[in-house]
Amino acid sequence: MQVKYSSLESMLREYVMERNADAYRELISKVTKVYSGALVAKIRKLARGVGRAVKIMDFCGTHEWTITHYGIRTLVPDGVELIAGPGCPVCITPAYYVDQLIKLSLDGVEVLTYGDAVRLPASVGLKPRSLLEAKAIGGKVHVVYSFMDAVKYAKSRTGDMVFFAIGFETTMPSVASVIIKGKVPKNLTILTAYRYTPPIVRYLFTKVKGVHLDGVIAPGHVSAVIGASSWEFIPKDYGVPTVVAGFEAIDVLIAIEKILEMIAKSKAELVNEYSRVVKWEGNKLAKKAISEVFDVHDAYWRGIGFVERSGGFLRDRFKEYDAVRQYGLRDPPEDLSKEIIPGCKCHEVVLGLSKPTDCPLFMKVCRPSSPYGPCMVSIEGTCRIWAEHPEVLMLKEIKSTSNTLKF
Amino acid sequence: MAGDEKVTIAHGAGGKETWEIVNKLIVRRIPEHLRRTDGGVGIDKLDDGAVIRVGDKYIVVTIDSYTVKPLKFPGGDLGVLAASGTINDLLMMGARPVAVEDAIIVEEGVDMGLVNEIVSSYIKVVTDEGIAVIGGDFKVMPKGSLDTMVITSTGIGIAERPIVDTGLRVGDDIVVTGPIAEHGATIIAAQLGMLETVKGLSSDIKPLTKIMLPLLEKFSNYIHAARDPTRGGIASTLNEWASAIGKTIILKREEVPIKESVRSFLDMLGIDPLHVASEGIAVLGVDPEVTDELVRYLRSMGQVHASVIGKVIEPPSDIVRGKVLAETEVGGLVFVDTASVLVPRIC
Repeated sequence: MQVKYSSLESMLREYVMERNADAYRELISKVTKVYSGALVAKIRKLARGVGRAVKIMDFCGTHEWTITHYGIRTLVPDGVELIAGPGCPVCITPAYYVDQLIKLSLDGVEVLTYGDAVRLPASVGLKPRSLLEAKAIGGKVHVVYSFMDAVKYAKSRTGDMVFFAIGFETTMPSVASVIIKGKVPKNLTILTAYRYTPPIVRYLFTKVKGVHLDGVIAPGHVSAVIGASSWEFIPKDYGVPTVVAGFEAIDVLIAIEKILEMIAKSKAELVNEYSRVVKWEGNKLAKKAISEVFDVHDAYWRGIGFVERSGGFLRDRFKEYDAVRQYGLRDPPEDLSKEIIPGCKCHEVVLGLSKPTDCPLFMKVCRPSSPYGPCMVSIEGTCRIWAEHPEVLMLKEIKSTSNTLKF
Repeated sequence: MAGDEKVTIAHGAGGKETWEIVNKLIVRRIPEHLRRTDGGVGIDKLDDGAVIRVGDKYIVVTIDSYTVKPLKFPGGDLGVLAASGTINDLLMMGARPVAVEDAIIVEEGVDMGLVNEIVSSYIKVVTDEGIAVIGGDFKVMPKGSLDTMVITSTGIGIAERPIVDTGLRVGDDIVVTGPIAEHGATIIAAQLGMLETVKGLSSDIKPLTKIMLPLLEKFSNYIHAARDPTRGGIASTLNEWASAIGKTIILKREEVPIKESVRSFLDMLGIDPLHVASEGIAVLGVDPEVTDELVRYLRSMGQVHASVIGKVIEPPSDIVRGKVLAETEVGGLVFVDTASVLVPRIC
């Protein structure tokens, strides 16, 4: 099979539309084999041309995983620094939600949650420390894999249940559509901890000191919902080249190449590298469902602060489904002083201010098997990803090893 | 050990934690001269079985306890698992399996039909290979004190030239006999209740007698190490090998054979297939002189996905001594670490 680089995206798009996973995979492997060497060479050449250090943020936890899992940091030149961003829902979900749910679970309301959120640490000093620990002392906690799974579970049982709805725009439509259809069982309420992604990026550019970005790799899954156009403000308002990218290693290499190309030409634009999945305007139906169900308000991000118009809250007319209203919870509560675990730098890691290795707890008390901070909990958390890929911790040495390697 | 320290699932997952606890609990307490028999291989080597020298031949002994949830899964059940696991451990030591014994513990109240089915599976796999069942034990524990059923199985084999994995040396090629991770992926899917939605998953579980015996016959002196990569997957096997000989093993990740259904399922969960168990393949350390011929031979026997996936090299730097590296699909370099517990990605 011969593949032309230029026609790659349209071929992949066809396979995505046909849901032809085997052909898709085969093409990705083929393209990766044929083009990655040339792409890396081009990235190195472009970086030499740029002639200064550049910092590119990969917004999304899955991009960080791709970069790490494929050893992309060992391939790019020293002057190109790839830093992880805030795109890990578990990492930024406020502890106070966990506190509230722990209490409910111990009061006999069954908490339905994603598997990684059960280990999410509660506020400082609270015992039990997580929903998992609450379960161990008799709290009612059940792991589900999706909201549909939660609905099915609640339907087949009696007793009051609450679904811990964390995530970004990617997970919101699945809840919204079920609510609109009126298919939420009577015994199930929803605690919405939803956060919107563009506001945190704007926050990063306007409110956070100490992060200077030369490029942004914008999230792929999120953009499939909200549209590539949602990121136009980054080049327009802040002059920073931005590429919406897919999650294959080749996608990320292309994104880096395109960003360096823009930097070299001193122009900042928005490029949609992931057009096989992401449309300019996004998924209109999903967007409509989200805005029909959720109100947008300022919202708290764990350890970071309030971010303007960044939280999705159930509208008044859906209050019967809203755990906050049904159980008289406060969102946000008055006291937010116990969100940051002493010593933990997770809130700085998600903003690109610190690396996991800057944290005194990293791989000491805080490990994947016994996470201390939220960034070590989720597989999308930068600390967790780095912990499981030790070459990131000795990049310089690995790069020089790589140069001497004869295979 | 500290008073409030508890045994965790990670201790039994076959990774670093398992080796640490076995070492602390057992190995270190045995006087050095009693860790093996005269001229044999014993508990101080992290291998598939022990070796006892008898005259100019060797008896190989292996023991393992088998538990799996669910007890029955696509491709097999606990009985097939115990029988195949025992047979394969003997084969990986370069031995011809001769006899087995099994000790079965069942929870009170378990359906007799189920016990019958699993024990029948065990006996069928063993006897079909012409291996004798020479003893065993059957016990019942009160309801709630055991989860359904556990089988402990011992295997006895005879080897002319046992394969002790520390025989692996620089220059050896790493060969796998078939696609990886099929058993583990099937069990994970079953545990998550996803077997109906995820198509095409089935355990690769089988005794490797028909592959390994001819291979041992033909290439005996050239196979320096052999292992069935069960718990912890090939990552665990290769890390044990690299660390035991103090060299570096480098993989070419794209050469590792894996079925598409397995890859995409594990990918969705964020689990690295290198960490996931197989029950029907072998990883071999092969003298480069015969690698091509050996792979061709494997393929001619129906192991069409048999592949060379890596090599043992002199450590290019100290930080990679005793470690496993992989060249990624895009040419990057990463460590292949062992994973203690597999946790699926949810979001």
